Amino acid sequence: MSIATLDGHPELLASYDPGRAYDELLQAGREPRQHYQGLYQHLLSLPPDELTHRQSAADLSFLNQGITFTVYSSAEGTERIFPYDLIPRIITQGEWSTIDRGLCQRITALNLFLHDIYHEGKIVKDGVVPMDMVYSARHYRREMRDVTVPRGVYVAVDGTDLVRVDNGEFLVLEDNLRVPSGVSYMLVNRQVMKRVFPRQFRNYGVQPIAQYGQVLLTTLQSLAPVHVDDPTIVLLTPGVYNSAYFEHTYLARQMGITLVEGSDLLVHDNYVYMRTTAGLERVDVIYRRVDDDYLDPLVFRPDSSLGVPGLFNAYRAGNVTLANAVGTGVADDKAIYVYVPRIIRYYLGEDPILHNVETYLMTDDVQRRHVLDNLDRLVVKAVGESGGYDMLIGPHSTAEQREQYRRRITAQPRNYIAQPTLNLSVAPCFIDGRVEARHIDLRPFVLSGEETTIVPGGLTRVALRRGSLVVNSSQGGGSKDTWVLNE
Amino acid sequence: MLSRVADNLYWMSRYLERAQHTARLLDVTLDLVPDRSSSAGARAWERLFLSLHLRPAEGLPLKGRPITQLLALDPKSDHSIVHHVAVARDNARQVRELISSEMWELINRLYLDLQRASMEQVWAEPHPFFQAVKQGAHLFQGITDSTMVRDEGWHFIQLGQFIERAGNVAALLSAHVAVEEEGQFSLHASDLYVEWLGLLRSCTAFEAYCKVYSADLQFEQIAEFLLLNDNFPFSVNFAASAMRAALDGIADTTDTRKHNAILRRIGRLKATLDYEQIGDLMAADLRSTLDQIQIQCAQIHNDIFHSYIGYTVDVKLPAVS
Repeated sequence: MSIATLDGHPELLASYDPGRAYDELLQAGREPRQHYQGLYQHLLSLPPDELTHRQSAADLSFLNQGITFTVYSSAEGTERIFPYDLIPRIITQGEWSTIDRGLCQRITALNLFLHDIYHEGKIVKDGVVPMDMVYSARHYRREMRDVTVPRGVYVAVDGTDLVRVDNGEFLVLEDNLRVPSGVSYMLVNRQVMKRVFPRQFRNYGVQPIAQYGQVLLTTLQSLAPVHVDDPTIVLLTPGVYNSAYFEHTYLARQMGITLVEGSDLLVHDNYVYMRTTAGLERVDVIYRRVDDDYLDPLVFRPDSSLGVPGLFNAYRAGNVTLANAVGTGVADDKAIYVYVPRIIRYYLGEDPILHNVETYLMTDDVQRRHVLDNLDRLVVKAVGESGGYDMLIGPHSTAEQREQYRRRITAQPRNYIAQPTLNLSVAPCFIDGRVEARHIDLRPFVLSGEETTIVPGGLTRVALRRGSLVVNSSQGGGSKDTWVLNE
Repeated sequence: MLSRVADNLYWMSRYLERAQHTARLLDVTLDLVPDRSSSAGARAWERLFLSLHLRPAEGLPLKGRPITQLLALDPKSDHSIVHHVAVARDNARQVRELISSEMWELINRLYLDLQRASMEQVWAEPHPFFQAVKQGAHLFQGITDSTMVRDEGWHFIQLGQFIERAGNVAALLSAHVAVEEEGQFSLHASDLYVEWLGLLRSCTAFEAYCKVYSADLQFEQIAEFLLLNDNFPFSVNFAASAMRAALDGIADTTDTRKHNAILRRIGRLKATLDYEQIGDLMAADLRSTLDQIQIQCAQIHNDIFHSYIGYTVDVKLPAVS
């Protein structure tokens, strides 16, 4: 069935142009893929105004519920809604099964890696990962040497960014092992979607994700210090001005745990307490959404007022669990990333199920020379950054920017990596009254405790500007609901 | 419950009450401008400042527009309605996971609506603006009543609202004692009627008063109604009852009933309001009684802080097990 023969409102899709990227919606011959058929026809049957109407209802619902994020550099003020696209992204059960197995494999290996480098360092001694690469990582924490964490789980919550490339394969773009965010948008996107397309949703057989809060709670419970039967779990937030504050309140409510700020906690005799109206109460597990640097002014940044003095000592003593553990950032360093396939083989003796994006190390002379010669075609990223900060997108850059990065790379080769400019897959998005193709990625959330669980779905982020490849919310990206089908 | 959270709930509720009180005073005063001579009008504005514990700045014209600008819309003033609602909403935002979504959505929408209001628009038609604030506050109270678990948080919300109200109504009455004194010598009966009408309407009490005392507006009866009546929600005595219920609830949930000085204080306040007679109070010194009530409210406020919010660590460590 092609567009021209359909009854309804084909003009809605008339300007849909996937370009040369992998198209989630259409296959060769502008035919919709099988799992998109139902949605495709439904879209064509809708009057364009209907979608506009539903979009503004959804936007208003986000604003009134205060589902917003904070942009640090924006002058216009602090709160904005996270732009939400109405049209869901659909993933088949077969595709999901590969992602699920691949991510479980990856996080298992990364947890083993973290345990190893903070203890014996076998992988370094065996020369699989260069020693200087590990110890020079910006987020390597010397203080974590020989600290034992419950069940050896360093990364309890991981948000891995996947991209789909031209041949339809999902690749791992980066791991987020410190304080990954975005899961609340995955959950509220679904709530809104159910209201906007109720019938479509039911007919499709979409796997549920609403259990995320419960699974996260079970995960955190399983990581409590060993001697604690009924652990008190709290979520530590930097506070109301943090960009992800909405998410912190949302998750605390979903789990029924207390949301605390640093000033609510204190450490006495190496135990952590929270200050309540009925007196001080012991805290056993902290799901912390505060970066390592700000956790404890006595050990890390002394100027931080977000953390709790003495927290790290209580943690070392094993009296409180931090999830994620301190020092996990070494494993999502973008140069260490290059070694993850080798890390998987080393610890698990398996081939990686999900592959990496080809990546050039600037510490390698040959690779660096190649990159410096081809800056206009590559993407350069700082190894310790996230959120799309400090990166150069070659094809969209000016000569001046390239020169700037050339100098930075030459001065600090360990601090940068480069990757080919990926043609991320595109999906239909509702933009200004029309359905257009926009680049997307996918961030599933992996929970590791007694067992490893991935709620089927994730946050599909959308680069809302035409042709843009940057999906970060801080850089003008939006999101859409992600449907993983039952079969 | 976290001390900080209790503090946020308390202030959220207090500031919303303060916003609606300010809205009511401004609304009534503006509405009665045509009924007053210009000198009576200026005195009414002065009284409004006095009942909000403020003093008009040097050089501020005692006229509707500049005062409305200052007390309704000035975001930089610590005493404007938009400021109060913004603070209430900021506190609510910090405890979003504890209040119901309905409560948050309402206070957030009220905040967004007020942010959009301009002076031109408000001054062209002041009443709908104040009406929106009052209705927003009432709606918030109603939603709170019908969606929130009657837990400790609810008690702190009640406490904030009614401690604010008790103090506000006492201050408002205190500011009107002068009218009563003046009325005996110089004021016309019809002028006096306007003042008493304004006082009652500032507490949405006119209709309720008429049901109890008929439309014969006498200060002694008004004072009795607004101070001692224990059935009318805007009376000081009603507020004191609500405070006591909240403090009882907090003492129970935190297991702090023993040696609780706050319960003694509220008991004493409640006894004054339950057993004093208005005639005796007026014969002695009503103004000093009203001031005393405000001082007692302030003491209770301080005690709450030191017992539940900002206590020192050594006194509250759990027993070692």
